[in-house]
Amino acid sequence: MELSTRFEPKIVGFLCKWCAYTGADLAGTSRIKYPPNINPIRVNCSGRVDPTLILKALASGADGVLIAGCHPGDCHYTNGNVKTMRRFKLLQKMLDQFGIEKDRVRLEWVSASEGERYARIVDSMTENIRTLGPLNWKSKIEVVAQ
Amino acid sequence: MTKAKVAFNWASSCGGCEIAILELGTKLLDLKEKIDIVYWPAALDYKYSDLEAMPDKNIDVTFFNGAIQNSENEHVAKLLRAKSKLLVAFGSCACGGGIPALANTKSRELIFKSSYKETPTTENPENTYPQSKFEAPEGTLTIPEFYNTVKTLEQTVDVDYFVPGCPPVGPQVGKVIETFVSGKLPPKGAILGASDKSLCHECKREKTDRKVAKLVRTYETIQDPKKCLLEQGIICMGPATRGGCEAVCLDANMPCRGCYGPLPNVLDQGAKMLSALSSVFDAETEEDIQKLVDGVVDPIGTFYRFGLAQSLMRRTKQ
Amino acid sequence: MAEKIGVYVCHCGTNIGKTVDCKAVADYAKGLPDVVVARDYQYTCSDPGQEMIKKDIRELSLTRVVVASCSPLMHEGTFRRAVGNAGLNPFLFQMANIREQCSWITEDRHLATERAKAIVGAAVMRVAYNEPIEVKKVPVDPNVLIVGGGITGIEAALQLADAGKHVYLVEKEPTIGGYMARFDKTFPTLDCAACILTPKMVFVGQHENIDLLSYSEVIGFQGYVGNFTATVRRKPRYVDEEKCNGCGTCETKCPLSVPSEFECGMGKRKAIYRPFPQAVPSTPVIDREHCLYFTKGVCKVCQKFCPSGAIDFDQKEKVVDLKVGTAILATGFDLFDPSRIKEYGYKRLPNVITSLEFERLTHASGPTGGKILLKNGKAPESVAIVHCVGSRDRNYNEYCSRVCCMYSLKTAHLVHEKTEAKVYEFYIDMRAFGKGYEEFYKRLLEEDVTFIRGRVAEVTDVAQEQSEKGKLVVVAEDTLLGIVRRIPVDMVVLSLGLEPRKDAVQVAHTFSISRSKDGFFLEKHPKLAPVSTAADGVYIAGSCQGPKDIPDSVAQGAAAAANALSLIDRKEVELEPTVALIDEESCSGCKICVGLCPYNAITFDSTKNVAEITVALCKGCGVCVASCPSGAIEQQNFTNRQLLAEVEAICA
Repeated sequence: MELSTRFEPKIVGFLCKWCAYTGADLAGTSRIKYPPNINPIRVNCSGRVDPTLILKALASGADGVLIAGCHPGDCHYTNGNVKTMRRFKLLQKMLDQFGIEKDRVRLEWVSASEGERYARIVDSMTENIRTLGPLNWKSKIEVVAQ
Repeated sequence: MTKAKVAFNWASSCGGCEIAILELGTKLLDLKEKIDIVYWPAALDYKYSDLEAMPDKNIDVTFFNGAIQNSENEHVAKLLRAKSKLLVAFGSCACGGGIPALANTKSRELIFKSSYKETPTTENPENTYPQSKFEAPEGTLTIPEFYNTVKTLEQTVDVDYFVPGCPPVGPQVGKVIETFVSGKLPPKGAILGASDKSLCHECKREKTDRKVAKLVRTYETIQDPKKCLLEQGIICMGPATRGGCEAVCLDANMPCRGCYGPLPNVLDQGAKMLSALSSVFDAETEEDIQKLVDGVVDPIGTFYRFGLAQSLMRRTKQ
Repeated sequence: MAEKIGVYVCHCGTNIGKTVDCKAVADYAKGLPDVVVARDYQYTCSDPGQEMIKKDIRELSLTRVVVASCSPLMHEGTFRRAVGNAGLNPFLFQMANIREQCSWITEDRHLATERAKAIVGAAVMRVAYNEPIEVKKVPVDPNVLIVGGGITGIEAALQLADAGKHVYLVEKEPTIGGYMARFDKTFPTLDCAACILTPKMVFVGQHENIDLLSYSEVIGFQGYVGNFTATVRRKPRYVDEEKCNGCGTCETKCPLSVPSEFECGMGKRKAIYRPFPQAVPSTPVIDREHCLYFTKGVCKVCQKFCPSGAIDFDQKEKVVDLKVGTAILATGFDLFDPSRIKEYGYKRLPNVITSLEFERLTHASGPTGGKILLKNGKAPESVAIVHCVGSRDRNYNEYCSRVCCMYSLKTAHLVHEKTEAKVYEFYIDMRAFGKGYEEFYKRLLEEDVTFIRGRVAEVTDVAQEQSEKGKLVVVAEDTLLGIVRRIPVDMVVLSLGLEPRKDAVQVAHTFSISRSKDGFFLEKHPKLAPVSTAADGVYIAGSCQGPKDIPDSVAQGAAAAANALSLIDRKEVELEPTVALIDEESCSGCKICVGLCPYNAITFDSTKNVAEITVALCKGCGVCVASCPSGAIEQQNFTNRQLLAEVEAICA
């Protein structure tokens, strides 16, 4: 089979196990097809996602990061997703200063029954980042190795 | 007793760390019994040739302050690494990049344009910019190359110890120098003159309801000197910054700016402060959160004021 | 010390094997750091598959295991148990999902295989940092809280009470019975609803193991599985339940009549009243909003005539705390509000009534004594029954309400039984799925009901010809004939769909459970766990989980009771293992974490100047971990080191 030479975005996904991860599973169970560019990391709650992890992903070679949690009001842990939202909005402002395009780091709400929605999010994110091109953050830092 | 051979060097810095040494005052005279200063360009008349002439590992300990912003800084750093048994990154610039590292939000082009063309008092109709090489009739003149990205000392050469602070606080400096003189050293890589807990641990202000309902600049409010500044809406980097400085800034009613750097279990000081601060925003809806976010006028400048070079991202996209 | 990691890549038949080159993934895994064995296998979750893993653990002294197969939500438990049985701590196991989120989402073999390799690589790098965790157990409180005293709650309560467990049954209304108490006959047997319900209500009221808290609401629910505290607000009836003997004198003597909610406003009740004669408890309640004493300071006739001195106008609201180990939510449904569909003319046109109003008309103790009458007191000569009001409708609720076809058939039958009226049923599909349902439908076909297949477009009183004057005209496209029909009738019965209750959002929040897209409570698994929720120890049953008929509601009530019983008789329950732990050495006492915990599990010790976590209350969300600026809090099995390893492996 001919191997495609086009750029395949590498997206790191932090999915909360109660809603987003279950919703993502549902997409698969329903055999909905979407670009397999997302690498899911399961956490208990989107509130576990430390901005450090997001920056680490970007600095280490990821082209994009998706954080997906429960819709506001539906968090299994009451309001973990509110804390996620607070951190994300401030992080977004800082990422903008760093010159990282808005489409690369997204916070989305996906419920356990929204398989279709998850697939569409990953699809749109993959295509947007494909258009933006690779991030290659390591190449932007001129650090002379020891 | 043989005196320890000590060197002090400055790279891209403001000179504050040199003043910190001078502030030892009469203690310097006491130290003069134990140490022999073999290289201190800021205070004494040493030249590079003196340094180059030294045998390797001649110096017992070099206190290197300042960030690495040009090829001269890098050259001297490598030189001093070769000539010293122990190399200590002294001050926030050497440890984390310091204020010079904020240049990582710009590029060399932008900085030159701003400094040599756009400042209001500059007259430069011929667009003259510094060149690293210039052919004069007498021969080739060179000046060090100005780097696009500022580095820390550790990103340039192997470093043995770190003393954070902008500058490291007086009482700590004396203790640090004593430590080296005594020879009773902690394991390599240790951070000296600073605590392993955050500033909150030694800050005497009262911490009650950890909720940030609004954000203000220091001049926009009359603060209660007994209460935590964060709770009064002033961003204080204290929770994410190493203590050990005795919270002198807080005693002067100014918020911590983070110069003592990140805590031991933390990968990125700015990210952690961003997380801690936003987590306690007193806002539940997107609109309310946005209002508070608007109050953080310059996130990079606030969270990475002294540590941009050692952060995960290192610099903005060029 | 180097780990010894075993990696098992599952084909899952063709589910994974068709799209992912499992052998290549296993070969790739073999080259990863510390991996000593990497195999691919057809069905790893099978007994031989599990044996293979156990054998490797024993013979190769594996210290960590990675299985790349389906979602952890499917088989993490299976493999953890297998690993545990082989002598390795179950948390030294990591699952890599290469099915639901890899092989099933793409047809591109190359991309799928590359993705699978990345996912397995991340799991391998992460598992090296997994630590053994001992799961703590706590005892289970044998008391059960049941919220909602309809047929579902009643069934659950009786099952548990008969099993010897103590039940608190909390009901919002002054009486138990729910919607079923308002129905006349039930399909398909045409049993009288009250006849089959009221004996059960009496059992509940008399059972020594059931504490009935009627006219009460749950306002708070704290704790963790096996150890909950429910805060219940007991509204004042202004009648002392202990003293009242249910004689009903107060009701007779009360001078004020107001519209009765039980009768859908078609009949009256007194200001001091029991919703219906067989109410349980039989204690009446005073309606503060209308009672002449509360509104005008006069009357008090009920108090004058009460033989037991049970009237207490000074009765206050009481808040009680109940300690329970489990909770069953059986809060029921609400009916769709047909006034939202303006074209149907509800409330605008007289004689357009709802299915529930019809139940009250046909009920022997209803406002018309069981006679089906128009507003003018005459019997109708023609009746139209409209299906799918508010259901199967993109504009309102997209789902099917399941029960309306059957109760519409019942309605048709009752109209035939009690009047000479001609009956027209406007349906989209006939859903007669249950036991005896198809037979009931056949019976109605033979009863000369005219079935018209078409969604009703409008009900109008504007006549287009003589035969329509003074009638309600039902306009619908008869899709089988392919023409638009206008059928003039005297009465239109709107078969209302079922909706989640208006307070479902609040209840869900109180009990920390989720709701599905349609607003009903979300079950743990639609096929295999219909009465459990994601919140351990909290069960759902009946129509609060989704529209259903009485047999299914009763079945779910019993199922929820069985689930609760299973937990209680286990005597102990495992605590959440992925809790957060604070390292006192690193904690700087900044207190940022303290207010962030939704379960108040974090407190501050001012002498030690550090924060502390009460592990039993921690549910493992990890919010405090992410917020701590000193990095002093770690989450078991989700440490920063583990997550960073996953990130680094993916980005490499």
